[in-house]
Amino acid sequence: MTVEVKVTANLQKLVGGARSVLGEGSTVRELLDDLEGRYPGFKDILVTDGQLHRFVNIYLNDEDIRFLDKLDTPVKEGDTLSILPALAGGER
Amino acid sequence: MSVTVYIPTPFRRLAGNQVYVQAEGSNVAEVLADLSSKYPGLRHMIFGEADEVAGHVNIYVNNQEIHSLQGKETPVEDGDEVAVIPAIAGGQVLTEEQVNRYSRHIIMPQVGPLGQRKLMAAKVLIIGAGGLGSPSALYLALAGVGTIGIADFDIVDLSNLQRQVLHHNDDVGRPKTQSAKDTLLSYNPDVNVVIHDGPLTSENATEIISQYDMVINGADNFTTRYLVNDATYFAGKPLVDGSVLLFDGQATVFIPGKGCYRCLFPAPPPPGLVPSCAEAGVLGALTGVVGSIQAIEALKLILKIGESLASRLLLFDALSMEFRVVKLRRDPKCPLCGDDATIHDLIDYEGFCGAPFPGQNGD
Repeated sequence: MTVEVKVTANLQKLVGGARSVLGEGSTVRELLDDLEGRYPGFKDILVTDGQLHRFVNIYLNDEDIRFLDKLDTPVKEGDTLSILPALAGGER
Repeated sequence: MSVTVYIPTPFRRLAGNQVYVQAEGSNVAEVLADLSSKYPGLRHMIFGEADEVAGHVNIYVNNQEIHSLQGKETPVEDGDEVAVIPAIAGGQVLTEEQVNRYSRHIIMPQVGPLGQRKLMAAKVLIIGAGGLGSPSALYLALAGVGTIGIADFDIVDLSNLQRQVLHHNDDVGRPKTQSAKDTLLSYNPDVNVVIHDGPLTSENATEIISQYDMVINGADNFTTRYLVNDATYFAGKPLVDGSVLLFDGQATVFIPGKGCYRCLFPAPPPPGLVPSCAEAGVLGALTGVVGSIQAIEALKLILKIGESLASRLLLFDALSMEFRVVKLRRDPKCPLCGDDATIHDLIDYEGFCGAPFPGQNGD
């Protein structure tokens, strides 16, 4: 399964500055493992103890995977995954 | 059909001093007849000779003047809003200058003179007179939002001027609240700008937020963001949220009970992991887009029109020039607004976020 992974804001630096990368896998977890292989350290920032960190949201198309099967959420060809960190700023 | 009738100030004493009253009828004529029988004093104000609506009184159904509809035969449905507006100046009725100033809004049926009055009666608090607070405050002031609160503790710095359109070159070194007030009043002296100097904290947030109808968040740090989220939730007020970093923006609206910032991001990132705009940068014009979106959402909430961003998170990528919308749900496990909430009062946000409120260490 090839899935487009959109990476937002400062997380882009983890994937060599790309805003969008292609990943292989049948679940979100497998996709992250695939990306970790090519971008070492990528998954560590997002996942601790097998759980997605709570300041990061991953959307499968327009749905938050926390409300699906979390990291075990299945993905299919043509899906888009968006990885979104909480942004502090606005700024004053 | 039961409709709500807006009674303007000059007529209010004739309707038991109520702003809104209920009346029955299937069209405007029947509603006005019912209104007249319930409040006989109003009859003489609304009707002229031959029981026709007096020439100086305009009738609106859902903000549209009935002459542009079907006159007195205009049908009404349950829940419609009918307004009886006399053409007189002064008081809460629009002045000639206001009609002129706000004419591009007033001619839209979704706003109309009633909507303009709602804007003039509205009170909006803006957290941070910075990249997001600047454009949102500006557009609210231009729209005639009656009371605009500005909460900020900072001083205008030269590096702010790349995006913070409330502040000018000569304002460098001045308190942002003062600079913001001067700019807003120079655009529109018709609005009341209230300044709240000093950082927002667990001690003062509830008292400040309680003075407003809604809050626009343009804070630059997680500590303030969680504080404002919790305080607006407890106060039962809408929170129009926005944030920016680099070339990316996010915006949404939190309506108490429909999801909050904690439902979206249950915990802040460890300090240092997500950089601030000062550390990583932000495209100035991007703050204009996101701040304007926040202003639009606030205006829609005041006017009660359209569909707000509640339950949706808008993502904007300036580099690909893409807007996307993802779903935002109330999390039943949310410690603030979930089914078994554990947070019942403002907490220690500095401890929760591992970072102090900015401005308390002299920075």
